[in-house]
Amino acid sequence: MSETLLEDRPAAQAKPVPQPPLGLLAEVTHRCPLRCTYCSNPLQLDPKSVELDTETWKRVFTEAAELGVIHLHMSGGEPTARRDIVELMRHAAEVGLYTNLITSGLGVNEEKLDALIEAGCDHIQLSMQGADSGITELVGGTRGAFDKKQAFARAVVTRGVPLTLNAVIHRMNIHQVPDMIEKAVEFGAKRLEIAHTQYYGWALKNRAQLMPNREDVDRTIEEVETAREKLKGTLVIDAVFPDYYARYPKLCNGGWGTRTLSVTPAGKVLPCHAAETIEHLEFWNVRDHSLSETWYEGPAFEAYRGTDWMKEPCRSCERKHIDYGGCRCQALALTGDAANTDPVCIKSPLHDKVGEMATMESAVAEPGPATYRGFRAG
Amino acid sequence: MSRIADDAVPSLPRGVKFREDKARGRFVLLGPERIFEADQVSTEILKRVDGKTTFKDVLGQLTEIFTADEATIRPDVESFLLDLSDKQMMTIAE
Repeated sequence: MSETLLEDRPAAQAKPVPQPPLGLLAEVTHRCPLRCTYCSNPLQLDPKSVELDTETWKRVFTEAAELGVIHLHMSGGEPTARRDIVELMRHAAEVGLYTNLITSGLGVNEEKLDALIEAGCDHIQLSMQGADSGITELVGGTRGAFDKKQAFARAVVTRGVPLTLNAVIHRMNIHQVPDMIEKAVEFGAKRLEIAHTQYYGWALKNRAQLMPNREDVDRTIEEVETAREKLKGTLVIDAVFPDYYARYPKLCNGGWGTRTLSVTPAGKVLPCHAAETIEHLEFWNVRDHSLSETWYEGPAFEAYRGTDWMKEPCRSCERKHIDYGGCRCQALALTGDAANTDPVCIKSPLHDKVGEMATMESAVAEPGPATYRGFRAG
Repeated sequence: MSRIADDAVPSLPRGVKFREDKARGRFVLLGPERIFEADQVSTEILKRVDGKTTFKDVLGQLTEIFTADEATIRPDVESFLLDLSDKQMMTIAE
């Protein structure tokens, strides 16, 4: 039976049946004590009044585990701003998800930290805006944040829970990469992410204030390489470099609708956390559809899955199964059409322009004040 | 030359989990942002990493399963465990 069915299929499947997702990014709230200028949340943040309730999130986690999700990234906003965060964590652990708490470290006292760990939190990722209080306050817009983060990091490490520091890099802190590496070792983190800003949401709005110049970017690549070798066995460093200066686009999230999905505070299910910027897409909500239905049949997931949707130069490109044309959100933001080649690609007619724009923006000595993230300022 | 002592005890550090991935019919070793798909050999090794069994005993059990002598499999098992150790996904207590 199966043989006949296989023969009936078209020779090259442009739209293969997707594998189950590996990761779920649960943005349980957009509320956050920090106001980072690089935030990748949408400009239009979900207010508390539209957030999913406890029982709905628990159902989402159960459905995720049944669907085959392995890693749950409990994020936001600041996830611990939800009063039911411990209950959500417990449920996620009980249904067998590997739980990663992505936090600013602010507003999490030792009692709450203990409760989260007891509930089954497997790993904690702490955001770092800078390697000292000056830069941290400048980037995050909140006074006293650095000391609180430092205390939080120590509290996590003391309790034996593996800690990752996530440092988002841009022109305001790019000179601190070696200091961030030093802090990660000093705090006892097991992992450090040196993540150059990806330009979505607030970061896109503030691109002129955030874009680093090429020389600084190249220097950080070397700094990371050297540190990796030196700290082997002590600290794992993962790095994401900015793609405006690249030759080929990134394989965004492992390919559209291929490996991960996100759920917004209000319950919209997205192929990636920036996908709402593609306004013509129809996003299903966990209130109306199961996660499995949305993953396998949701129109937003179907839209750019595989290679059927591609135009030239992607359609005939030998790399189309390597990077799937890059990032759809970036294609939309920079070219006006989400189905175009990601313009950082050397085959895009806009490639040179993107590099020139980044170079020009990064060369402006005084780019003016950045817009801090907030519920009204978008 | 042995790189792991006979009486060393391998264990999974906190935050690292070895579990069945039922949706895909396989075993996986999980860490933060990490998924290693375990093949048949690594599955048999990892099943024996329990924080109690010594390296020597792990090897002993593996020689029975794979009907191979210890000298043959030891370098591969050592490399496997040490590589995971470099990635912070294995603890080898002497």
